[in-house]
Amino acid sequence: MNTLQRVRFVGKPIVFMLCLVPALLVVGDAFNLTGQLSANPVEDILDRFGNWGLRFIMVALAVTPLRRITGWNWLARFRRMLGLFAFFYVLMHFVVWLLLDRALAVDPAFQWGIVWEDLTERPFITIGFAALLLLTAMALTSTNGMRRRLRKNWDRLHYGAYAVGILGVWHYWWQVKQDILEPLIYAIILAVLLGLRLYWKHRRAPSN
Amino acid sequence: MLIKKPADIRPSEITSETNYLNRRQFMGAGSIAGASLLAGPALAAVVPLGDRAKLPDVRKSPFSTSEEPNSYEDITTYNNYYEFGTGKGDPFRNAQDFEARPWSVTVDGHAEKTGTFDFDDFIKPFDLEERIYRMRCVEAWSMVIPWIGISLADVVKHHQPTSKAKYVAFETLHDPKRMPGQRRRVLDWPYREGLTIAEATNALTILAVGVYGESMPNQNGAPIRLVVPWKYGFKGIKGIVRISFTEERPPVSWNISAPHEYGFYANVNPEVDHPRWSQASERRIGSGLFAARIPTQMFNGYGDQVAHLYDGLDLRKNY
Repeated sequence: MNTLQRVRFVGKPIVFMLCLVPALLVVGDAFNLTGQLSANPVEDILDRFGNWGLRFIMVALAVTPLRRITGWNWLARFRRMLGLFAFFYVLMHFVVWLLLDRALAVDPAFQWGIVWEDLTERPFITIGFAALLLLTAMALTSTNGMRRRLRKNWDRLHYGAYAVGILGVWHYWWQVKQDILEPLIYAIILAVLLGLRLYWKHRRAPSN
Repeated sequence: MLIKKPADIRPSEITSETNYLNRRQFMGAGSIAGASLLAGPALAAVVPLGDRAKLPDVRKSPFSTSEEPNSYEDITTYNNYYEFGTGKGDPFRNAQDFEARPWSVTVDGHAEKTGTFDFDDFIKPFDLEERIYRMRCVEAWSMVIPWIGISLADVVKHHQPTSKAKYVAFETLHDPKRMPGQRRRVLDWPYREGLTIAEATNALTILAVGVYGESMPNQNGAPIRLVVPWKYGFKGIKGIVRISFTEERPPVSWNISAPHEYGFYANVNPEVDHPRWSQASERRIGSGLFAARIPTQMFNGYGDQVAHLYDGLDLRKNY
């Protein structure tokens, strides 16, 4: 097998399965098979999907810098899958929030007005939702066909990944009551990932 | 760091089934003992040493709600107690080895009877009562908890505050060796709380020394903590080592750390939102994955007893 085949028939299936593990563990814990959810299971699931969404955003953003540093160009082949998993976890985070936390699925007295108020009047929710919308647009245009059709606009849209990173960390930071250690770690990772791109861009600029 | 460790001990391992069932028997026995107490002279209350020690001579209280209490597991594994970590499961994990003895409580400020008291001596003059209260966290979740405690009004009276005592201030133990959460400056340690003298002497306010008929678990604030059921949970300061009678309003921890989000009063109020989230509804812990939120009540449903304390006060400004 050449490198391309190894990526396609070995690497991708393995990475795909690994990326599913956090979601499977949530389901396993919910049924007390792999562990247990906390006394506040809705919050637990919500936090876990949100955290994994943010982690996958970071991992997807790390692909290009890592490829440049190591020279392993085959890493780029995983970028779309990792980005789609970021979308998947963020979407699950939103769905759990809407159906279980806001209780659309279980509350006969559910009111859309309250969700609308949350989305428009609670800034940390607004920016989280903006990140989801951007991710959705990127996910829908992630096919080869869409990439060809959109040409330069595709690149413009998918630079949105940087914005998603910033919005995601901001959303987490703003939501935390007091202990900002974890959002701070994400912010530092994000700063390094975006900083490397800026550094490379600037270094190249004078020589062109 | 990014991946949260699972609990070392699963919540299901905490209480054996027999213990859990015996708890009910004990509570039954307690109520009989309590009834006989009402007739006779009040006995001295002494909280025995040791983990999960049963508390003697606990009286029932008319202030208890008839709502179903949360399980012992819920109450002892889902806590906000930043002295043992900021995650909800951290206090349970990190407070297991905490020794809440020996313990002393210092009473100072504008009162006749001040000094430093050994914990047992401090609570000895007072009757133990069970108070099953709703607890509403500022994070929009709630529980029902069968506290065992002593009336703070009795404690205040016992220490004879002078006319200058307008407030009662409380302080938590500050000992980063024993309280690992204090090694990081997440809050301005030690944790401090305060009440007006009228709030402190309201019949609902208690100093709790136990839950479910047993001595206070470490993660819930052993050996002694404040419970003010009409206020957000963070007013319920844990691991108290100092009680001060002051003339000026004392500084309180969450207000120091985020004054625009947490005020001195912190009364439960569905009409005044937290700047970042709604306080109109709450999630009842223990209701499972598929439960609707429940509407939050003004003063957490204790308005009949406490609303008069705030007559003429703009609760929007005095949040």
